[in-house]
Amino acid sequence: MVSHLSELAKHRALLWALTTRELKGRYRGSLFGFLWTFLNPLMLLGVYALVFSVYFRIQMDHYAVFMFTGLLPWVFFSSSLNEGAGAITDGGSLVTKVLFPLQVLPAVKVLANFVNYLLSLPILFAFFLANGVDFTWCLLGFFIVAGVHLVFTYALTLLLSAANVFLRDTKHIIGNLLTLWFFLTPILYPLAQVPDAFRPLVYFNPAAIITLAYHDVFFWGRWPAWGPLAGVAALSLVLLFMAVVIFENHKEYFAEKI
Amino acid sequence: MSEQAAIEVTGLVKRFRREMLKRDYTTWKTLLLRPFQRRGPGDFLTVLDGVDLSVPPGSTLAIIGENGSGKSTLLKILAGIYKADQGEARVRGRVSSLIELGAGFHPEFSGRENIFLNGTILGLSKKEIQARFEDIVAYSGLGDFIEAPVRTYSSGMYVRLGFAVAVNVDPDVLLVDEVLAVGDEAFAHKCEAKLNQFRSEGKTIVMVSHDLIAVKKFADEVIWLDGGKVAAQGEPAMVIDAYRQGVARREDQVGRKRAQAQAELAAKRRWGHGEVEITAVRLLDEQGAPHAVFTSGRPLGVEIDYQIKAPVQDLVFGVALHTSAGVLAYGSNTDLDGIELGEPPKQGTVRLAIESLDLVQGSYLLDVAAHAADGRAYDYLTQVASFEVRGGPSGDEGVWRPAHSWSLAPPGESA
Repeated sequence: MVSHLSELAKHRALLWALTTRELKGRYRGSLFGFLWTFLNPLMLLGVYALVFSVYFRIQMDHYAVFMFTGLLPWVFFSSSLNEGAGAITDGGSLVTKVLFPLQVLPAVKVLANFVNYLLSLPILFAFFLANGVDFTWCLLGFFIVAGVHLVFTYALTLLLSAANVFLRDTKHIIGNLLTLWFFLTPILYPLAQVPDAFRPLVYFNPAAIITLAYHDVFFWGRWPAWGPLAGVAALSLVLLFMAVVIFENHKEYFAEKI
Repeated sequence: MSEQAAIEVTGLVKRFRREMLKRDYTTWKTLLLRPFQRRGPGDFLTVLDGVDLSVPPGSTLAIIGENGSGKSTLLKILAGIYKADQGEARVRGRVSSLIELGAGFHPEFSGRENIFLNGTILGLSKKEIQARFEDIVAYSGLGDFIEAPVRTYSSGMYVRLGFAVAVNVDPDVLLVDEVLAVGDEAFAHKCEAKLNQFRSEGKTIVMVSHDLIAVKKFADEVIWLDGGKVAAQGEPAMVIDAYRQGVARREDQVGRKRAQAQAELAAKRRWGHGEVEITAVRLLDEQGAPHAVFTSGRPLGVEIDYQIKAPVQDLVFGVALHTSAGVLAYGSNTDLDGIELGEPPKQGTVRLAIESLDLVQGSYLLDVAAHAADGRAYDYLTQVASFEVRGGPSGDEGVWRPAHSWSLAPPGESA
């Protein structure tokens, strides 16, 4: 695992070059260009805000801000998994014709979406100001939550990118699972809306714990629940270890499987 | 260091799972239905079967062989992209592979941006790329286009840019897969010059090529891969010659098999009134054995079996040879040659013996016909058989290859 990560660090120039390629290339040639990085989350927010505060009428103060707080990290997570699952299979000649530290490919997908997420945070802060939600020192907790989230996301993406080489169905399955997962995670609704009988189940969902932690540091202005977060961090490390072992054991066969 | 080989390969075996070659991926379904299915040896295709080679530093090795003989697989193992199943491949020094030019190019990015991207992928640091940037641009010959998105490039420009980056990586060992075949004449010259420069700088080059002339020019040593095994190895001229003969032999076998498989005559076009039917056509060598490949300047026999179905007068048999481009190389018939067939037997064989097949190398097609002296066709078959002519130097042009020799003498004397 150490060599896997140190190789990633060694190739950070490459990692960064491909991430910029991914980010710049995404909107290159479009009229608004890089502005889409901000337009996309705004539009997404508009859609959900319309549905849930006008049509469904969820009773909650600053609902739009609350929802946006959970939605942005979810977009990072789900886009990373969705795009990352195909990172190796869609890698084309980079996998089959060039000698290349292959973990860079899924890492690039995660990193690009993470940078996108960070870039959309100013919009979130603007929303806070507009809605009169206060900033507190607990915002510093963001770095810890985001760190755990990043490891969790990279571990899953790495695992899926390797699995998809051998089982091409992975990519399609994951797309649908993510939709289910999204609705099972308290992003669109506050935890209080979940019936009491089901509430303990939420703590079996790492994404829910992470979302709640984001809510804590951003929206509620309090420190996250450290216990569950530490649990997710431990789980993420175990997952990362497994993912690295599986990835490293199979990567020699990626080139011929594609 | 100079004692050590730059590349050392011992007992290299590479197999591919056949299932994968059929693009029949494992799916969740097959996994559920047959989770413990065993894979026998028959499920694998052996692409490299015990290859040994050793390349001293500073020399150029060329790998030749037919498609599917394992050349590119060997190169990919040397590049570290594939893993060997058995044996070992050791490469000493920094490797640059010209297997894929322009890997990671983004079509929407400018040439400049892609140089940095591609250079990073090939293992250069940003500083190294900056230091070589002008060289790369100059070498690519793209000029102002370097600021245009790569998607607007012609395929030649694309390849030139990819090549320019790859050769500027400054490798110790260069792996080249068939890149000399792309690009225009000027680019080919540039490639050659670059390869020569690498050679004079004492770098080790391994090239895969079908261009035997280039191979002869560049390689110090050639190996011929045939079905994953080294069929011949050594002096370029010798190995290339062995390879050429091997290919001719195989084509001949295939042609003969095809001829045997064809119980009926397969003509491109066949017409006639049917009073006489041509039942078989054979191409024979001097020993009377059927072949599909013949040597220029050696004898060729054409045999036509016929059957007379209805009474005919003035029966004439004709034969014509065309090049694959449709140029008539030679045509004649028994009437033109003044052969009186008289009262031919109801069933028989006509034989045309060509003493010396003075044709240049290439593919030829055969027409045969039975007709009346006034031209009325009884049975006319075009392109009823094809054959290859081999031998002599490649590159001479035209159709006719007369036996010839050159000499030179000062004025006044006869040469």
